[in-house]
Amino acid sequence: MLPTGVIIHVLIVICIYAILAIGLNIIMGCAALFTIANAALFGVGAYTSALLALAGFPFWLDILAATFMAGLISFLIGLPTLNLVGDYLAVATMGLGEILVAISRNWDSVTRGPMGLPGIPPASLFGFTFDSPPKFLGLSAALLLVIYLVAERLIYSPFGRVLKGIREDEIAVQALGKNAFWFKMWAFVVGGAFMGTAGSLYAHYLGFIDPSSFTLWIAFFIWSIIILGGLGNNLGAIAASFVFVAMRESLRFLGLPANVTAAIQQIFFGIILIVMMIFAPRGLIPERKYITRYKGDAEDRQSD
Amino acid sequence: MKVLAQLLVNGLIAGSMYALAAIGYAMVYSILKFANFANGSVAMVGAYLTFVLCTRLGINVVLAFVLSMLISAFLGVVIDKVAYKPLRQAPKISVLITALALSFILDASVLLIMGAEFKRFPFPIVKGLRLGMVFITPVQVICIATSLFFMLSLHFLLTRTRIGKIIRAVADNPELAAINGLNTDNVISIVFAIGSALAAAAGTLIGMDSVISPAMGFVITIKGFAACVLGGMGSINGAILGSLIMGMVENLGTWFLAGGDARWKTTFAYIVLMLILLIKPAGIFGRKGEARVF
Amino acid sequence: MLKIDNLTKNFGGLRAVDHCSFEVPRGAIYGLIGPNGAGKTTMFNLITGLLKPDEGHVFFNGDPITGLSPYQIAQRGIGRTFQIVRLFSNMTVMENMLLGPRNQYGENPLFALLNPSRVTMQQIKNEKKALKLLEVLGISHLRDAYVKELSYAEQKLVELGRVLMMDPQLILLDEPTAGINPTFANKILNYIRELRDKEGKTFIIVEHNMRVVMNLCERIIVLNYGRKIAEGTPEQIANDPRVIEAYLGV
Repeated sequence: MLPTGVIIHVLIVICIYAILAIGLNIIMGCAALFTIANAALFGVGAYTSALLALAGFPFWLDILAATFMAGLISFLIGLPTLNLVGDYLAVATMGLGEILVAISRNWDSVTRGPMGLPGIPPASLFGFTFDSPPKFLGLSAALLLVIYLVAERLIYSPFGRVLKGIREDEIAVQALGKNAFWFKMWAFVVGGAFMGTAGSLYAHYLGFIDPSSFTLWIAFFIWSIIILGGLGNNLGAIAASFVFVAMRESLRFLGLPANVTAAIQQIFFGIILIVMMIFAPRGLIPERKYITRYKGDAEDRQSD
Repeated sequence: MKVLAQLLVNGLIAGSMYALAAIGYAMVYSILKFANFANGSVAMVGAYLTFVLCTRLGINVVLAFVLSMLISAFLGVVIDKVAYKPLRQAPKISVLITALALSFILDASVLLIMGAEFKRFPFPIVKGLRLGMVFITPVQVICIATSLFFMLSLHFLLTRTRIGKIIRAVADNPELAAINGLNTDNVISIVFAIGSALAAAAGTLIGMDSVISPAMGFVITIKGFAACVLGGMGSINGAILGSLIMGMVENLGTWFLAGGDARWKTTFAYIVLMLILLIKPAGIFGRKGEARVF
Repeated sequence: MLKIDNLTKNFGGLRAVDHCSFEVPRGAIYGLIGPNGAGKTTMFNLITGLLKPDEGHVFFNGDPITGLSPYQIAQRGIGRTFQIVRLFSNMTVMENMLLGPRNQYGENPLFALLNPSRVTMQQIKNEKKALKLLEVLGISHLRDAYVKELSYAEQKLVELGRVLMMDPQLILLDEPTAGINPTFANKILNYIRELRDKEGKTFIIVEHNMRVVMNLCERIIVLNYGRKIAEGTPEQIANDPRVIEAYLGV
């Protein structure tokens, strides 16, 4: 049986990736906006949080700032790209994401480049410090729950319905008087903000961040989580985070050198993704079906 | 002035090599309407194949080059049959994801088999030749000559031979071609074969001019894609022109804006790509209306 | 209500709509007919903003709407259906209907988060309205079915229901009875008349079925090769030699 320490570590990482997956689900699962900038936004959140924490600011401030910053950068990324179609949008967001990563690698004076930022102080709220893994797991799980509830409410609201409409047929949505660009932008910003929150958690958990945690491969890994779990289905996303993160972490235990492990991951998950694309492109778990709520009486209907 | 000329020449040489990879993208896009992101990785595989055949198996370098192109052509066809063909009717994004996944798989596999260190072709270090104001190494001469040879051969193939005309017909209007009895599947395989062979050539030439590493696959993918978008996705002439421009931009940009630091070259490719997507997504020779929602 | 002035649209060398002008008053039911390729759907696309004209203007209730984006034009009260149905296939019929009403409170994500009870109230109200409509259209039993599972005729009815949920003042219908059996088509046509009589809605209908057009429309506009070749009452159009020639000559 695995030592508790390992289990708790894996659970924390699962929570963080689940938050990332839920954020991406709003953007890509519901509105079908294929953004590869997700890992870069994760990084924006992490770096914002880290820099503020290292400068002495309290946790609640730096996590809010991280969320806000990621949302803001999402807005800026979205402005020029959200009118592009499918694969062009994907490549544009990939390019912008890579530019962000290049900045973190080269802006040595602020981010210390590839050496990263060490010594990030642990999170603390109202005097209670989350300096041990079990305590941090509590914090992560709580945040995951809050974000899950917020995301669910959004997805199953009229707002979420319009996003799904955009996914199916953007022109029809426009013909119904809805400004599709505005909706896409909101999805982008909210989803991006959640990714920033995950970044802040990540920074405070590890105490150290560097650009290699926010690469294109990570972006792709998060994509594969929501594709496996079912596009638009947040419970599926959480379940898939569980499965994929557990697989990924267990590969680390083979004790192989870092770049070999990374290579094995890429091959393994790459193959899974291709198989999924061919056999189950919408994911394993379908979205919840909408059932008419109003069941009114016959008299009630006739009296209107 | 001398520096400028040297940079331009370096740019043209680099561009001509990228062009071979970019042509592969353009051809696949013109028929199947998606960007084959795995092409750069195939280029990288081609480079390694030539290297291994030549250094580990002692085969003559020219023969190794040709063999690598043939094997890569085969690899390209297999990739299409296994990964892309089942997705012909699926939304474009599915096949894009698959192509990206393939590029990760290929890059990672090569890294596992060959290791991450850079490798160089064992050519003797020879003094550069002076051509007016600029220096050019013999390897570079070979590279540009080979690129030109392939581009001209392709032009000849597409315009003067029957198979070339068939390819152009299918690229222009796949449905019409199918109705007229052309076997589109075979044509698609031929296009993948040619594109992959050219990509392998590109990878090998780039590897000969500098180094080979597993990471070069993705770099070629991005530069090739940016070149195609710049020139107009789907147009072979656009791919070539775009590549030449990209080559010059990355050399000029790196020198004047980044103090000659070569790490920024790929970033310039991204910047060019972003600018084009924002200003005129259709590119130089492209048709309007394919990139934007409206 | 709707005024088209000298509208022209070229596609490369082809002139799809050629200097057309006409007016549609409030509460009218107009027909737009012509042989295939005459430019009828292009005309709809120009009116609704999906295409920008090369020349000419469109006025709605006196305001110029040329060049506005599609959602802005729809917001002003112009709704349309499409020649080939554009529904949200992986969503249920009810969900499609619920996407019809304009300016829903819950479409703003902040409101959806912070005031869910008000969102739910409006949603229930919209569901009631949708159910009534679906009953009139005879498909209320399909309300929780995925649109992709429906037959083509059923889908056309859903599209009609959805655009009516939008409560538009002017409705452009692109071949509303194509593929629907005659008895049912009649029911829809009567409903259109009823909407005009009771709620003052205005309709422009593209149709190939001449019987429908002659019976339903009080005035007909005929296009051929993008140009307006005739305009008048059904009797006038039926006897117009140019119209007869356009249909026979094609």
